[in-house]
Amino acid sequence: MPLFKQRPQSAYAAFAAGLIDPSRVTPSVIAGPKGKAATRRYNVYRNNVTVSLIEALAAIYPAVQRITGDDFFRAMARSHIRITPPTSPLLFDYGRDFPAFIQQYEYAQSMPWLADTARLERAWLDAYHAADAEPLSSDALAAVRPDRLSDVVFKAHPATRVICSRFSIVTIFAANRGTGPIGRIDASTPDDALITRPDLDVGVRHLPPGGAVFLKSLIAGRTLGEAAACALEVSRSFDIASSIAEMIEAGAFTAAILGDNDDH
Amino acid sequence: MPAKTVVSSFVLAGAVSTALATLAAAGPLTKAEVDAATAAKKEKCFGVALKGQNDCAAGPGTTCQGTSTADFQGNAWKFVQGGTCASIELPNGKHGSLKPI
Amino acid sequence: MDAANRSEGPAIVPLRFSPLIGGVTGTSFKHEHLPAILAEGKQRDFFEVHAENYMGAGGPPHRALEALRRDHPLSLHGVCMSIGGPQPLNREHLARFRRLVDRYQPALISEHLAWSTHETTYFNDLLPLPYTEATLARVCNHVDEVQNAIRRPILLENPSTYVMFRESTMSETEFIRRIAQRTGCGLLLDINNVFVSATNHGFSPLQYLSAFPLSRVGEIHLAGHAEQFDDEGEPLLIDSHDCPVADPVWQLFETVIRRCGAIPTLIEWDSKIPDWPILKAEAAAARAILDRCYAIAPRAYRHAAV
Repeated sequence: MPLFKQRPQSAYAAFAAGLIDPSRVTPSVIAGPKGKAATRRYNVYRNNVTVSLIEALAAIYPAVQRITGDDFFRAMARSHIRITPPTSPLLFDYGRDFPAFIQQYEYAQSMPWLADTARLERAWLDAYHAADAEPLSSDALAAVRPDRLSDVVFKAHPATRVICSRFSIVTIFAANRGTGPIGRIDASTPDDALITRPDLDVGVRHLPPGGAVFLKSLIAGRTLGEAAACALEVSRSFDIASSIAEMIEAGAFTAAILGDNDDH
Repeated sequence: MPAKTVVSSFVLAGAVSTALATLAAAGPLTKAEVDAATAAKKEKCFGVALKGQNDCAAGPGTTCQGTSTADFQGNAWKFVQGGTCASIELPNGKHGSLKPI
Repeated sequence: MDAANRSEGPAIVPLRFSPLIGGVTGTSFKHEHLPAILAEGKQRDFFEVHAENYMGAGGPPHRALEALRRDHPLSLHGVCMSIGGPQPLNREHLARFRRLVDRYQPALISEHLAWSTHETTYFNDLLPLPYTEATLARVCNHVDEVQNAIRRPILLENPSTYVMFRESTMSETEFIRRIAQRTGCGLLLDINNVFVSATNHGFSPLQYLSAFPLSRVGEIHLAGHAEQFDDEGEPLLIDSHDCPVADPVWQLFETVIRRCGAIPTLIEWDSKIPDWPILKAEAAAARAILDRCYAIAPRAYRHAAV
């Protein structure tokens, strides 16, 4: 009885083994009709798998593809797919490890800003598919008593992401997501990005010095007072007022909550 | 990471009231005015990259069809060609090169 | 199993749209066509979407589907359930599928006779399976599980295949007939798949159709295919969905409709997607055949969900 159960399993395993491994021979469990060979026939499936996954990565990382050109991108994506095929049937969730793969990919070492650009693209798609939520209104913040403001904590919008880089990733991203002409880009300016989707449109904003620390602290559940202090530690020029205005305008949070403790 | 800096309630209250005033000023009556004001302010401050690109960048969809593209066997392609990487520069002269380094 | 499904009848979520009747056609829904579709207002045509593309938490995909669903019947076409696979169904995925069914109340619900997940790897392709007593039992269990989860019968689609398994002990039509008998599921007859597989395996598409349980067909798929060559240099057709429906497929479609009467018919076009008017014209061509044949051979169409 166990043998009866295992046989189909082994046919599937044999079929699956070569799908993303081109060094494997055509599995012997399959055949063409009337004694015909199955090599080119099996290769149809190999192409379907590899090409559809390359195209999935291209759809998640269009700026990376435009930067590297199609041939390089497809080769890089193919290498990644062989090592890290999807584990979920939801393709928009695929490719989370691709930025890390790019970072160590031998032939991408001349583009040190490429991995962070990919991280920004991945965050863009996560924001695109995130749950919908009504952003925090300025009225809700205005309703907080001034002497309690430093104790306020914020609830992040499901779409909100912050990505930090040593390179000019917002500029590189913005220039390469479209099809328009691209001028010279200095990649060396550190860029921190806020990604939000208050309604339908994903927005990517460049953050000023201290802005990323401020938002990350708030997202992590720190109070407004603590977050502002952390941001000022990082940058004395950090402007609390404009950062608060910006985070509300961007729709980065959904609620302002006042805890009961009066420790601060 | 407890910060050494302490931001007083007074400073925070001032910052929030300035922020709320900024937001109120950017919220006139009509949608067009809101958009224009928002656009102007964003341009000055942080900028919003690529708002409204949802249709052309929606990410991957599933397939239930086969492909006639043959691409499963290819190996590494070392050369960046036809891409935009050559226009992205680093100050030390390193930029996306046409050759592997 | 049949009886068990029937006894669940009263629990079926009521449809907002009555089941599709008569010469109804549909097209694959592509987001870029939404403005043109909405501009035309309410139509009797239906739209088919891949379930997995709407399994994100929120955002523009759901907004587009809600807008479409307001005026049009929807067909929910699952691609990734891996019903034909050796391992248990992914429960999490099944729950997501059920939530979509509850949310959008589609007029038609379908999945594939294929597999796409092995162990932990998702291959993103519809892969073929051996046709044996053991795989039949497993597929029937999987179909039961899906139908119990969504409290409605599904339509199971015949695949396009390029190889056959040496261990297969029965024909595809026998395999499908027995699944339908044992689970009470309906069938989605993809006529392009029939033509592609018939060419690839050297059998007659008409013989396949005459052995196919046509009375259980609740939807028809039509699509374009591409031609390549096998190891012997003979034509090997690829189910590419990237061009108009081929003439022999139109002829087979007409044959089926003459025999069965009107069945909801979908044009699938998933790559090199044309402008909306071209896709719409392809659906209109299908409707012309439905209308012509419906006049000759009317039949009371019973939707699988009723």
